[in-house]
Amino acid sequence: MEQLLQHLLNGLLLGATYSLLGVGLTLVFGLMNVVNFAHGEFYTLGAYAVFAALVGASIDFFVAIPLAVMVGAAAGAICERCLLRPLRGASIDTIMLVMIGLWIAMQNAELLGWGGVAKSVPTPFPSRPVVFGPVSVSLLRIFVFLVSAALILGAHLLLARTKLGRAMRATFQDRETAALMGVQVERIHTVTFALGAGLAAAAGALLGPVFLVYPSMGDLASLKAFSVVILGGLGNFVGAALGGLVLGVAEELGAGYVSSGYRDAVGFIIIVAVLLLRPSGLFARAERVG
Amino acid sequence: MKRLAVVVVLAVAASAPAWVWNPYHLHTLIMAGIFAVLALSLNLLLGYTGQLSLGHAAFFGIGAYATALLTVKLEWSPWIGLGAATLVPAVTGWVIGRLALKLRGAYFVLLTISFAGVISLVSVNWMDLTNGPLGLPGVPPVEIALPGLPRLSLRTKSAYYYLVFAAVVGCYLVCLALIRSRVGRALIALRENEALAESVGIDGTHYLVLAAMMSAGMAGLGGGLYAHYTRFVSPEVFLFSYTVTMVIMVVAGGKGTLAGPVVGAVIFTVLPEALRALTSWQWQMLLYGILLIVVLFFMPKGIVPTLLEGRRRA
Repeated sequence: MEQLLQHLLNGLLLGATYSLLGVGLTLVFGLMNVVNFAHGEFYTLGAYAVFAALVGASIDFFVAIPLAVMVGAAAGAICERCLLRPLRGASIDTIMLVMIGLWIAMQNAELLGWGGVAKSVPTPFPSRPVVFGPVSVSLLRIFVFLVSAALILGAHLLLARTKLGRAMRATFQDRETAALMGVQVERIHTVTFALGAGLAAAAGALLGPVFLVYPSMGDLASLKAFSVVILGGLGNFVGAALGGLVLGVAEELGAGYVSSGYRDAVGFIIIVAVLLLRPSGLFARAERVG
Repeated sequence: MKRLAVVVVLAVAASAPAWVWNPYHLHTLIMAGIFAVLALSLNLLLGYTGQLSLGHAAFFGIGAYATALLTVKLEWSPWIGLGAATLVPAVTGWVIGRLALKLRGAYFVLLTISFAGVISLVSVNWMDLTNGPLGLPGVPPVEIALPGLPRLSLRTKSAYYYLVFAAVVGCYLVCLALIRSRVGRALIALRENEALAESVGIDGTHYLVLAAMMSAGMAGLGGGLYAHYTRFVSPEVFLFSYTVTMVIMVVAGGKGTLAGPVVGAVIFTVLPEALRALTSWQWQMLLYGILLIVVLFFMPKGIVPTLLEGRRRA
């Protein structure tokens, strides 16, 4: 029982970062219709940015994280301007292949820049866990959970309540009409992609200190983000947030009770099962699959 | 003219062991041949049905493991092994096709990635069967034993080259026959306009599954050839970089053509080897990524169709 509680807690804490990853991807994949295979690379970029800021420039931990998010968002904006804008109107498959190219290029650029050895990020939090009755948890994990939740809530409010958010939703629903209403649609594309990339970088910046930072860490992050998005339903913001928690808990339980070697298979199995059995996602009301 | 070109290419390729003295260069050609089989296989799906499989390394790996397990653990003949290397992935491809080809586009891609991910994890974790990360050493060489003749072992590079060469020609001809048949026309019709094709009575799923099965079998044969060539199989055969390499070869060479993937396979095996003296493997992968983007921007049809068009215009 205590073990189960511990697994559930760990799963929820981890799941919040998966939600963050998924929310960023669901914006880009669901709204912009860009199959962003480079999503995990922005996650990696965020993690390395934190590492560089902390170890290279000895910037404070709590400053380094927002800095890393900005680096990710800026990289996203550049990618959108240089790669996606010229291909507006190209088929979704061409754009998908371009994103695969970007994924490979970014990952190997990181490998060249930082080397293949995994790096650990120092944090100001004590390594000794805090004990709450039957379960124990490290302060860093709690911090990561809280920041993730705050970012997801912030992105949700941005999308649902602000003028910018309305412009985003309008642009991707009906580009022409939005443009006629005075929305600068090209800028909205760039901002949306940058937001998605920034959220991915935030997840990387938060999880980098929890785990280790290495060039191929983005591969699994991409797949987890995709499984979260598929679980939640394409473009479904709340679905992605819940999907992340489900994936986190499922992984913890799978690793705890089945086999830790197959931990990363949980995400794959979720993708396969959801796509085959309920392709619109667990939390969807209407069916829609392209 | 075209026939002459085919004869010249075949003659040059068939006589390669006679004039390629350096064993390292011959090794590069053998790898180019194995990759040509893989690229032809991926092209059947990506080029002719328009569905991108990012799990093709799984079929390659299953083929390699199928023959390695049969020949190492059961000591069966490598020929049966190579047969199994084609058959087992083909059956797997049929099952995956039945399940996955209800989906299209990005969803199909994700499903194939997930499938490859699970298979790769199984190969690492199922120690009893696969020996885990240690792999299976001692895969025997292929031997030709005709009655009345001494046993001929394809242990040497030049002999193995011919086996691979025959496989490339065989796969090319299978693809050619398929494309020119009813099935090929049905596939192209489905790629161009699925709703229209189905409205004239083409059973979309049936043909796509058929293509997936053949593609998987061919990729498996490539894996089998690889296993008997390197004589060692480990979970590395499931590396995503194999899939990436296949995609680059097909897209850059020219998807939806038969010569394109072969040309792509030769270019992208020889070029990195030629550049190896100058650059490291990471640079090579970085260049692959950039090159994929550049080709899609400036030569979206691929090298072979662009060259052919240029010649026609001139």
